[in-house]
Amino acid sequence: MPKIEIKNFNLYYGNFHALKDISISIEEKRITAMIGPSGCGKSTLLRSINRINDTIEGVKTVGEINIEGINVYKNNIDVDFLRRNVGMVFQRPNPFPISIYENVAFGLRVNRIASSKEIIDEKVEKSLKSVLLWDNMKGKLHKSALTLTLEQQQRLCIARVIAVAPNIILLDEPCSSLDPVATRKIEELMMQLKDNYTIVIVTHNMQQAARISQDTAFMLLGKLIEFSKTDEIFTNPSEKETDDYVSGRFG
Amino acid sequence: MRKFLDYIIETVIFICGMLSIIFVVLIFSFLLKEGLSFFKDFSFIKFITNQFWYPNSKVPSFGILPLICGSVLVTLGACLIAVPIGVMSALFISEIAPKGVRDILKSLVELMAAIPSVVIGFVGMVTIVPLVKNIFNLPTGLSAFSGSIMLGFMAVPTIVTISEDAIRSVPWQYKEGALALGATNWQTLRRIVLKAAMPGIIAAIMLGIGRVIGETMAVMMITGNAAHVPHSIFDPVRTMTSTIATEMGETVRGGMHYKSLFAIGLVLFLITFIVNFIADLFLGKNKNL
Ligand SMILES: Nc1ncnc2c1ncn2[C@@H]1O[C@H](COP(=O)(O)OP(=O)(O)O)[C@@H](O)[C@H]1O
Ligand SMILES: [Mg+2]
Repeated sequence: MPKIEIKNFNLYYGNFHALKDISISIEEKRITAMIGPSGCGKSTLLRSINRINDTIEGVKTVGEINIEGINVYKNNIDVDFLRRNVGMVFQRPNPFPISIYENVAFGLRVNRIASSKEIIDEKVEKSLKSVLLWDNMKGKLHKSALTLTLEQQQRLCIARVIAVAPNIILLDEPCSSLDPVATRKIEELMMQLKDNYTIVIVTHNMQQAARISQDTAFMLLGKLIEFSKTDEIFTNPSEKETDDYVSGRFG
Repeated sequence: MRKFLDYIIETVIFICGMLSIIFVVLIFSFLLKEGLSFFKDFSFIKFITNQFWYPNSKVPSFGILPLICGSVLVTLGACLIAVPIGVMSALFISEIAPKGVRDILKSLVELMAAIPSVVIGFVGMVTIVPLVKNIFNLPTGLSAFSGSIMLGFMAVPTIVTISEDAIRSVPWQYKEGALALGATNWQTLRRIVLKAAMPGIIAAIMLGIGRVIGETMAVMMITGNAAHVPHSIFDPVRTMTSTIATEMGETVRGGMHYKSLFAIGLVLFLITFIVNFIADLFLGKNKNL
């Protein structure tokens, strides 16, 4: 069974048909990249998977998104629980304006995953270690997260997601506000995380998709044009639009 | 030519800025001069600890303890009423109410802020005062409690408008981040939005309290104006501001009574200064948390 199975999914912002009949099956413990020109609906599709689009007024959906065989758009779905299992990292790092420690502890507290100080301490440490922030930060855990560099902030946002132990991590252009060095480091981090999580990443940077992903989906004007192994998409695409895009003829 | 114009404008701005500073300094030094000269003849400690305010008797007694108690009691009561109502309303208006309701509520709050304090005073006198008298079975409804309700009512619009601004200016990304981690709406509001807006909310509360501490008219009409140390919130009280306002007209310029009123002004200034100072400390701490 695929980890995420999107079936004939449509999304409307009011009258605007932003996602048109998308079907795609995403396998477990792989990195799936979504590429396509800006405005083609990559973020919208990603944000449909954890239903964070529900918070936008006037959004309507038709179709299914199944996670481990359960349609998350079913009526009696516990959306908070869904979002805990499907973590999300945003385009601009958005750490909360509280301490580094509390940023990571937040998800543990609100989901009642841990309440004793020892367990929270331990999970905060483990999460910060897995994003390679611990060694630098262990003495400064009570400083405001806003004092960190952008790269560190993005790492912290990933740590905050990992802390609540999701199965799936969605990343929406996580490196777009970072410099090339920081980008490489975040990419390395994602490749390590792949062994334990199913990762879906939106990027407008084709080199990035080629570097880190195993599967790639190419979207255009709200439609899924092609979805296959990353090598295929970049070396031997079956659709003309994909070929034009990856060879840089438009974008 | 353009340089010349620039020069003129800069000079005008400079003069206006200096003028406002000069006015503040003048007012403050006048207050200081008249107030301090009172303490040459009367001890400061006695002034703020003595229980009796008889400025006009043969052997005058200048004890402002009852007035301080009156002001503190009425102000505290007003805060207890206005802070929860104000902050909750702000939260409701900015985060919970549907759009139509929100607009109506916002205009209502702005309308509330525009009511002159005398009007609030006399409306309170004919509504709240008898109500308090009957409900609590008191000899008179003119009490610190009625004053607190009135002043609370006056502080609410300030608190609501400014906290609402603060809450609404919390970046949407914070909320999105919290929701995406599985927080419920209420958890997001309480743990992230309120926390991020806290400096603004505290500023709102301080401004609300500022309006209340300085308020004179409404208080004078409602609190019963009895200058004795209150035993409960249902006793009539008199505040420092209303004492200055009522008695200044009857004093002889330069006399002890006259100077004592300036001394009250000085104490009032000191209290406001301390409150602001504490608020600043709190705000500063919150910033680099
Ligand atoms: N909140 C919104 N309301 C209305 N239209 C939106 C909203 N968000 C995105 N859109 C539109 O949906 C389309 C897809 O947007 P998006 O998913 O952000 O694209 P991408 O991430 O691929 O750049 C765009 O045409 C955009 O204008
Ligand atoms: Mg996008």
